[in-house]
Amino acid sequence: MSPHRYLPVTAQDEVAMLQTIGVRAIDELFADVPAAVRYAGRLPVSEALSEPDLLKHMHALARQNADLDTYPSFLGAGIYDHHIPVVIDHLVSRGEFYTAYTPYQPEISQGELQAIFEFQSYMCALTGMAVANASMYDGATAFAEAGVLAVQATSRKRLLVIQTVHPHARAVLATSARGLHIDVVTLPVVAGTPSLEALREALHTPTAAVMVQSPNFYGGLEDIAAIARIAHDAGALCVVSANPLLLGILEAPGKLGADIVVGDAQPFGIAPSFGGPTCGYFAVQETHMRRLPGRLVGQTVDRDGKRGFVLTLQTREQHIRREKATSNICSNQALLALCASIYLSVMGKQGIQDVASQCVQKAHYAKTQLLTIPGVTCPYPAPTAHEFVIALPEPTTHDRPTHESLVSWVNHRLLDAGILGGYDLSQTDDTLPRHMLVAVTERRTRQEIDQFVTTLRGILA
Amino acid sequence: MTTPSITTTPNEQAMQDTHPSLSAPSRDTMHDMPLITERSHRGRRAYSLPPCDVPESALSALIPTTHLRSTPAALPELYEVDVIRHYTALSRRNFGVDNGFYPLGSCTMKYNPKINETVARFPGFARIHPEQPLSSVQGILALLHTLQNDLVAITGMDAITLQPAAGAHGEYTGLMLIRAYHESRNETRTKVLVPDSSHGTNPASAAIAGYDIVTIPSDARGFVDLEALKRVVDHDTAALMLTNPNTLGLFEEQIMEIARIVHDAGGLLYYDGANSNAILGIARPGDMGFDVVHLNLHKTMSTPHGGGGPGAGPVGVKKALIPFLPTPIITRTETGTYTLAYDRPLSMGRVKAYVGNVGILVRAYAYIRTLGPDGLRKVSELAVLNANYLRARLSPYFDVPFAGICKHEFVLSAKSLKTIHGVRTLDIAKRLLDFGYHPPTIYFPTNVEECLMIEPTETESKQTLDAFADALIQIVHEAHTDPQRVLHAPYTTVVRRLDEAGAARKPVLHCSCEA
Repeated sequence: MSPHRYLPVTAQDEVAMLQTIGVRAIDELFADVPAAVRYAGRLPVSEALSEPDLLKHMHALARQNADLDTYPSFLGAGIYDHHIPVVIDHLVSRGEFYTAYTPYQPEISQGELQAIFEFQSYMCALTGMAVANASMYDGATAFAEAGVLAVQATSRKRLLVIQTVHPHARAVLATSARGLHIDVVTLPVVAGTPSLEALREALHTPTAAVMVQSPNFYGGLEDIAAIARIAHDAGALCVVSANPLLLGILEAPGKLGADIVVGDAQPFGIAPSFGGPTCGYFAVQETHMRRLPGRLVGQTVDRDGKRGFVLTLQTREQHIRREKATSNICSNQALLALCASIYLSVMGKQGIQDVASQCVQKAHYAKTQLLTIPGVTCPYPAPTAHEFVIALPEPTTHDRPTHESLVSWVNHRLLDAGILGGYDLSQTDDTLPRHMLVAVTERRTRQEIDQFVTTLRGILA
Repeated sequence: MTTPSITTTPNEQAMQDTHPSLSAPSRDTMHDMPLITERSHRGRRAYSLPPCDVPESALSALIPTTHLRSTPAALPELYEVDVIRHYTALSRRNFGVDNGFYPLGSCTMKYNPKINETVARFPGFARIHPEQPLSSVQGILALLHTLQNDLVAITGMDAITLQPAAGAHGEYTGLMLIRAYHESRNETRTKVLVPDSSHGTNPASAAIAGYDIVTIPSDARGFVDLEALKRVVDHDTAALMLTNPNTLGLFEEQIMEIARIVHDAGGLLYYDGANSNAILGIARPGDMGFDVVHLNLHKTMSTPHGGGGPGAGPVGVKKALIPFLPTPIITRTETGTYTLAYDRPLSMGRVKAYVGNVGILVRAYAYIRTLGPDGLRKVSELAVLNANYLRARLSPYFDVPFAGICKHEFVLSAKSLKTIHGVRTLDIAKRLLDFGYHPPTIYFPTNVEECLMIEPTETESKQTLDAFADALIQIVHEAHTDPQRVLHAPYTTVVRRLDEAGAARKPVLHCSCEA
């Protein structure tokens, strides 16, 4: 094999190095690999591509995908198409940040440590909580870990999850619960809203936490204060999953009685990337600080008294406590936490309110316009922020295959018109066969919204 | 072997001259670093939003005021240059592979190719939504499907899930797959075995998967103690988790015997792929008897570590475990289109939202396409060559707990230096900072006293390895002649040793400064 641009050892180096080691050939360095497990073949992966050929190949693959720069999108359901300030990519592309690992050597990792400390500070400010960690894999895994924390904190093995929580978060929690023998009970909702009476009743059985998302998966705002009160009355914790961007205008869950607040920071300058990597966040009231999963950065001083930052309370973590750790998380989503931090630095006190507010204004405009289409209704009465459900009427013409849902069929027609329609709720809920979840961010213009409404009107006519 | 030049009292300036990789700015020129909130000035802005071109209502007319925020979140007010300067300054206080040699054992800190960063940012990969109609995302599905096949080939397994977001997440996924497998056979097995040299994530993952952990001691040569293994393996054993080569950098020569012992008892064998960089194209876990495997794409497949993440921890399984893989899996239909398969009744469920850390998977795909079959094998050959070379150069100066050749990493011990001069491994690591290197992993694995775990990777040159060896040898010399010099290091970093005990005793975990 001729030299490769990533591999610096020359034939001459190799001879000298083998001599120092005291062997004649590289193969002797693998003498301890038994013949029975030696791989005799040549790996059946594609042949190496040159840099220009790889670029061509990747462009060809990328072109087969409809991207959000080309197609106005009304998809949300957990991943949102917000504007990403251009400075973010310039800053996170600095090799000092993205080619570093976990800041285990604080003297040469003050940049990352301080960035995490500032991320923790921002998340505390938005959520109204005392402590936030350095990040989790995503909102769904953060939600599941919140359930586990609640079980550990209360020594109760039952979690009550409101049905309107994101289905992926509930699914990941169900996986966690299976391993740890936690009983997860779903509280059903009526017209998209949980009944507080039913909640009270469900809590007659000792429960570790009530787990709620607001705005919920269907875009509706939940009465967190009331839910937290009822949970606390029953000795349960209140876990709130919140879209952090909307906390620019919505009340901090910490002020409403939440004990744990989790969610996904993807709206903060993180590209959708087909669903990942995003950035889970995890914030708690001070009483739960020592049960927090994941990394935590604390402020301290060096031997000269100068301010500095270190990883702290590490006795919670796997590399110290092994099987007694509060979580197995090691690698997290640090670079995405940095994106989120830079986003919040850019938006600042006013910008975070302005962007959230503009999303809400545009979503309400879109909702009003969509409701002018004959037969389109809004089935849920709860107030919404930037996402809402509409029910579509069956169109009079029927060229739709029987196995395809109405919304899927509509979305393919919209795609033909260059628009990405909303989320097809029939995928996750049989009782919502013709329901679309529509998200509207600040990136949508009035013209795009009007075009969406006009096209949908035509499809449904 | 070259004889290192030794100066008994190196002054910092001379050191900078002889060690060009020293990148930390000197203490004197580095101003104290403000927090982002300390840069805030009322009335500044760094953001630019599109105009709100729809008819607006008062927010309280759209959302009941009980839901609205009573006080704005305490975020700073900055303009764009503040933001740029702040994060640029932070980056200068950080050390990555792009800055210099980073031989952090078990983490495979190899070069992160720039083309991977470029392609992952193509709008067709970065700016697509996971819920788009499948017909509008065929390119990414084709890429992910090919990556699944490539990882099947590389690991020797039968199927792959790309969903786990990191190595530990892969371990957890693998253990839940093992649980689902045993339960499908109406067996409730409660124990997971891990060697004493295993990564901390192994027992932690097994614990959150609901298993009791049994630790297997290593023998005097650093391998799994077969007799000890035989004593604890029984009908209650769900799995043995193993890293091969192990965390001491040694290939478990008895792997087939280990597999037989575990399989005979009805248990499964789990492969922690953290050390896969030693065996690409040379040996495959699937051929060693492993039933479940995870790979760390951020180690072996060159995707960046990002300051702590994101990673990707795909999991491979043998045929018998395929029905239990997480949903969805990416499949190719008879017509040649790609789809996401959800209808899998025996699936263990989900471990993450959507299909995985796709942005990382795109980078790993680009890496595999850049190296090809011969390049991947060469990666492991050179990773092992570099480790053995560095080991040969350093062995005369340290305690060497395990003899023989190593694979991609090796461990040394500074036990004697501690006994004679009170210089600990931590002190050596801190002194290395002054020479412009990221220190090796220290105090791991825990079964070696005063341990240094060194993994040079294949993307470092002989010249870099020589310079690093010279620096480490010089530090050993200092420890003998001027131990105080080592005990008080570092001298050239932006902060000196930090009060970690104080940070844990009175935690300050966020700034309270109102903007």
